[in-house]
Amino acid sequence: MKKILVLLAHPKYEKSRANQVLIEAVSDLPGLTIRDLYELYPDFNIDVAAEQAALQTHDLVVWQHPIYWYSCPPLLKQWIDLVLEVGWAYGKGGEQLRGKSIFNAVTSGGSREVYQVDGRNRFTLRQFLAPFDQTAWLCHMRYLPPFAIQGTHRLDDTTLRAQAEAYRLRLQALQTAPEVALDEVQKLEYLNDWDL
Amino acid sequence: MSGHFLENALVYLGAAVLCVPFAKKLGLGSVLGFLLAGMLIGPYALGFIGEEGDDILHIAEFGVVIMLFLIGLELEPKAFWRMRKQVLGLGGWQLAATTLLFWPLGMLVLHLHWTAALALALALGMSSTALVLQNMKEQGRMNTEAGKSAFAVLLFQDIAVIPILALLPLLASNPAVATGNESGWLAGLNAWGQAALVLASIVGVVLVGRLVVGKVLQWVAATRIRELFVATALLLVVGVAVLMQAVGLSAALGAFLAGVVLANSEYRHELESDLDPFKGLLLGLFFMAVGASINFDLLQQAWLQVLLLVMGVMFLKGLVLGGIGRFYRFGTDQNLVFSFGLMQVGEFAFVLLAFIGQLGLLGDESLQLFTAVTALTMTLTPLFGLLNERLLLPRMGTREAVVEPDVPEEQHEVIIAGFGHYGSTVGRLLRANGVQSTILDYDADQVELLRKMGFKVYYGDVTRPDLLELAGAEKAKILISAIPHLETNVLLAEQINKHFPHLRFYARSRNRFDAYELMELGVQHLYRETLDTSVRMGVEVLQALGHRAHSAHRSGQDFLRYDQAAMSQLALKKRDMKAYISSVRAAIAWQEEMLLADKEHNLSAHDHSWDSEAIRRNVLGDTPTS
Repeated sequence: MKKILVLLAHPKYEKSRANQVLIEAVSDLPGLTIRDLYELYPDFNIDVAAEQAALQTHDLVVWQHPIYWYSCPPLLKQWIDLVLEVGWAYGKGGEQLRGKSIFNAVTSGGSREVYQVDGRNRFTLRQFLAPFDQTAWLCHMRYLPPFAIQGTHRLDDTTLRAQAEAYRLRLQALQTAPEVALDEVQKLEYLNDWDL
Repeated sequence: MSGHFLENALVYLGAAVLCVPFAKKLGLGSVLGFLLAGMLIGPYALGFIGEEGDDILHIAEFGVVIMLFLIGLELEPKAFWRMRKQVLGLGGWQLAATTLLFWPLGMLVLHLHWTAALALALALGMSSTALVLQNMKEQGRMNTEAGKSAFAVLLFQDIAVIPILALLPLLASNPAVATGNESGWLAGLNAWGQAALVLASIVGVVLVGRLVVGKVLQWVAATRIRELFVATALLLVVGVAVLMQAVGLSAALGAFLAGVVLANSEYRHELESDLDPFKGLLLGLFFMAVGASINFDLLQQAWLQVLLLVMGVMFLKGLVLGGIGRFYRFGTDQNLVFSFGLMQVGEFAFVLLAFIGQLGLLGDESLQLFTAVTALTMTLTPLFGLLNERLLLPRMGTREAVVEPDVPEEQHEVIIAGFGHYGSTVGRLLRANGVQSTILDYDADQVELLRKMGFKVYYGDVTRPDLLELAGAEKAKILISAIPHLETNVLLAEQINKHFPHLRFYARSRNRFDAYELMELGVQHLYRETLDTSVRMGVEVLQALGHRAHSAHRSGQDFLRYDQAAMSQLALKKRDMKAYISSVRAAIAWQEEMLLADKEHNLSAHDHSWDSEAIRRNVLGDTPTS
């Protein structure tokens, strides 16, 4: 069974309904660790050694964060900047993450329809997440499609809970899915679309 | 003689070691402990030291001499100038009113001649600088209104001694028959001559001190032999003392003058710190001498008279002080502490009485009587202070807690002990975020103010478990100690471990050593007051030198984390060094240890990924490029 590392990055988690519900839904999964980055590093002073050690002991990494201005909150970017070192994650001798999988679990105010080439945001979510995709690729990791809860402002509690349950089921499925199955999953637009 | 000296040392030290911890345990303070020790070894109890009927305080005159030197040393002219209004106002009123009260009483009740009555009144007006300051320090009251006011009054009295000594000969009706020191130059002069001589010797000492001693000390200091410096200082004290005795004045006065002269010199701090280790001991010696000199035979014969005099003098002095406190609008608490603190007759009375005797103003019997009265008032002061603390203050002063019957008792999660600059900053930040805290403080004025502002405040000694319980320690989650004193925090930590183990203790500590001390008691949340600000300063200095702000800031962050980690690492090593932890040498050894550790640890922040140099090296195959 794969061990999952959820890297939660929300600067105002206590006010985020969607992220709280998501975390609550998965926090009791066996083999799952949550690292609440804004709680660990309120001063942005990331402990690189500790973060690298956490990566090494897990097989599947989740960047869970809200979408701000079509990207992640700054602390997650800082995390990527500092933790994924040359010679460790990529570059010559940088093999530490090879074979692991990673994906973004995001929440956005805009709905799925808005994130279309002909929608208001002019690009799809996958397109906005291209830097993460490439980062994973450079670090020899498998980049899986994003799990997204979109149009959060209009979601009622029931729908939100249903989505959170879907998140939980997909994480559980990923823990045991064989590599062949992951090849198929990787082709999806959203992880939400994975039929279980 | 040396055998005699060793015996004496054995007796004094033994008595002190036995009695002082005992008195402390009973909550009586070290002063009373020393006094009791003195009584015990004195000629009237066990008789280890001195002969019955021995002249007062000759037993340990050196203690008195050195103590007055130290008091003189603390009379910093700048402090005087800063406090001149308080000193002249409070001190002037106190001495004037007390003298004007005792003067007619001496004439009417004791049937003294007006000159003798005036001299006696002046002597009785003095309070004890040594005793009061020691007590106030031990109780942490130096910075309260009572402490500051008491200091002002004492300062005035100490300075007033000099003109009083100069003027006393003028009161003597027949100074030519001055008894006392027959060989003194004073003996052969008339009243005006004596006054002039006293004044001249004082001015002489001051002038020589200012013009010559500074130069000598400078020369000695340049040799960089610390012991020589101390020896010179002591030589100076003894020299002035001997000179004064030759003149026919008291050695103690000479030492006091020497202290005042040096207080003005640039070597004051050095002298103070050099003599500091002996200070407590010498003070102890002085108080033991006071205890030993109480003439118990006299007490037995004239016990009623002595009792009435002691009570009368203390009551009247206290009354005058209370009146002054009222006039200056002290709070009830502060006024009680102030009045009870200063109601005794002090060590300068010994000096003045001896001089009065020498001038023949008072007979031997009266002198014995009043020296005994003086010693007894000093002995009773700590006891009365205790009564005030335990019985009067809780009733009349600021109450420990104010219970508003209508408001339901709200329970706060946080208790803050000490609400000075540090505690109030913490409290304000919490309050700005909607967290109310319960406050414990020892300063009555502060407590009154905070209560007026609507804070929930408890007044009293924060280390008392019943007060902690009253403040809701049972239900609170966090106790913050914003008190810098290690002793208080150690006591608090012990109380918490014992009575409130659920309470998380966040403690301020002055420095790394205090922090280690508390770590050993299991305190986890320690805030060294010298850490964050110094790192911040270092960061800003780096910026001023042209380092980029963000890099300097990151380096500061990294330093903090590293230092915190090193803290627990070195805590283990500390146990080996514990034996001499408080010495200066330990601090230096420690510094060395830390500097070595810094060398091993690369202190620059781990920002490799932002450093394109590292990436270039990786891409180009580990060959550093230029």
